Amino acid sequence: MGWFKRLREGIQTATTGKKEIPGGLWHQCTQCKETTMMNEFKDNYRKCPKCDYHVRIGSRDYFEILFDNNQYTLLFEEVISKDLLHFVDTKTYPDRLRDAQRKTGLTDAISVGEGLVQGHGLVIACMDFSFIGGSMGSVVGERIVRAIDRSIQTKTPFLLISKSGGARMMESAFSLMQMAKTAAKLTQLAKARLPYFSLMTDPTTGGVTASYSMLGDINMSEPCALIGFAGPRVIRETIKRDLPEGFQTAEFLLDKGFLDFIVNRKDLKGRLADLLEMFKNA
Amino acid sequence: MVFLEFEKPLEVLYEQLDKLKQISEQGDIDVTASITDLETKIKNKLKDIYDNLSGWEKVQLSRHPERPYTLFYVQQMCKKFIELHGDRHFSDDKAIVGGMADLDGQTLMMIGHQKGINTKMRQYRNFGMANPEGYRKALRLMKTAERFNIPVVCLIDTPGANPGLEGEERGQAEAIARNLFEMAQLRVPIICIVIGEGASGGAIGIGLGDRVYMMENTWYSVISPESCSSILWHSWDYKEQAAEALKLTAEHMYSFGLIDGIIREPLGGAHTAPEAMAATLKAQIKRALAELKHLDPDERIELRINKYCRMGTFEDTGKIEHT
Repeated sequence: MGWFKRLREGIQTATTGKKEIPGGLWHQCTQCKETTMMNEFKDNYRKCPKCDYHVRIGSRDYFEILFDNNQYTLLFEEVISKDLLHFVDTKTYPDRLRDAQRKTGLTDAISVGEGLVQGHGLVIACMDFSFIGGSMGSVVGERIVRAIDRSIQTKTPFLLISKSGGARMMESAFSLMQMAKTAAKLTQLAKARLPYFSLMTDPTTGGVTASYSMLGDINMSEPCALIGFAGPRVIRETIKRDLPEGFQTAEFLLDKGFLDFIVNRKDLKGRLADLLEMFKNA
Repeated sequence: MVFLEFEKPLEVLYEQLDKLKQISEQGDIDVTASITDLETKIKNKLKDIYDNLSGWEKVQLSRHPERPYTLFYVQQMCKKFIELHGDRHFSDDKAIVGGMADLDGQTLMMIGHQKGINTKMRQYRNFGMANPEGYRKALRLMKTAERFNIPVVCLIDTPGANPGLEGEERGQAEAIARNLFEMAQLRVPIICIVIGEGASGGAIGIGLGDRVYMMENTWYSVISPESCSSILWHSWDYKEQAAEALKLTAEHMYSFGLIDGIIREPLGGAHTAPEAMAATLKAQIKRALAELKHLDPDERIELRINKYCRMGTFEDTGKIEHT
């Protein structure tokens, strides 16, 4: 017997300092555990080159993937959060916001960009999971409303990329009302006969799924994304048994009839351009 | 009578009152003065307790086992009610009821969450937690109402949409989202009233309207205090704090501009005088209808959408925008 014996399997180090996308030279896939070169991973749209697992990425990554020459105008950054409720749990809400802003360099959980996708104008609102779990509060709702207004004014189609755990608890009923606010605003986009594309990415749950995410003229998703209303943990606790394999995945939703298609991240731009072309030539 | 924890001081007084009444019935001693005295005492105590309810106490009241539910109000308020069943796609959800009602000669489409009045019925009604079929039934009834120019009234009382396998499979999220989308453009007046619990997506799924009111002892929030405690404090023990932090009472909601009014309850809560409560509710519905009916449908829809678009707490380039 050796003098050194591992008592517990796996890595025991705390994960508090973990980044969503690891820096450095190498990328290790959280799914297949394969290690690949970082630039190979980046060139592959931040998907695992071995198993094609779509790593969660941020709004700036999506903008880079979608907008021609990575050129776009960032809109409505002037809308920022206000703690009207003076919400305190284990931290105050303003502290939470400041931490999230410092950590992510973002102003809130959604960013709006306007630019060209293979020559077609498009307004994109994209959520960031790294900002308080991509939670939807007043700023998210207001930026979506303004993005829709922008689409209507410029007669440009609208893409919303969802990535969220749901409504932001720290804004209580204000968050809840953003569901009604965004859904109501989308009816104006529909009346203006401008296409609304909804892309659901891992994860899309709660009040976000139950409002704007599910209302696309075209509903699409990335492979294997978790999409649902109630979170898997809540359902498991309610029904008191394990969930079937593949439950609440993009493939499950496609099968049940709630998605138009699943699109690989590398094909996303091409697919959007095709749709924009077809809607234009209608 | 069921007494909640914070009502315990009342229980003692009521017991004394019962005893006095027994003595009075025996007729040997005149206790009328003592009875009047005690009744005043009870009334003062009631007022004392009910004027200072905490958020959590209101949550408890909203769940009081004797609290009236949708079908009670409908039957009290309306001369006739014909319940209409089914979503025409999958089944008839028992947690949301709906149908055509006659309110003093005005036909209404009444829709509401329904809880059960005893253990067996609570299970039958799935504790007021609807599946997608419930929301789709509600939408079907609203679309029928729209075609025949019938105003819609929604009574909200749910601990949340049902979190289960089947609900997810059949698109709980899509059903709620679709309702919000369609309700925003519905061409008839929509009046919504929180009569008990207003929990999250399950509540707002039939909760987008021209007028939204809350009864005095109800709550409306993005999440229940228990779940909020579990997620943010990682323990179920902080529900009182969560209830305070969420600012979920009717007063808060009204002060934030998220609802249009508060409907006063009888002292001691809706369950202590359910008929009186139904009469108050009816009067409020009639007042709201009178305000809304004469509006042109396009104008009403625009006002409705604008009202929701104003909701939020944020700042814009230094100047504070909030309603």
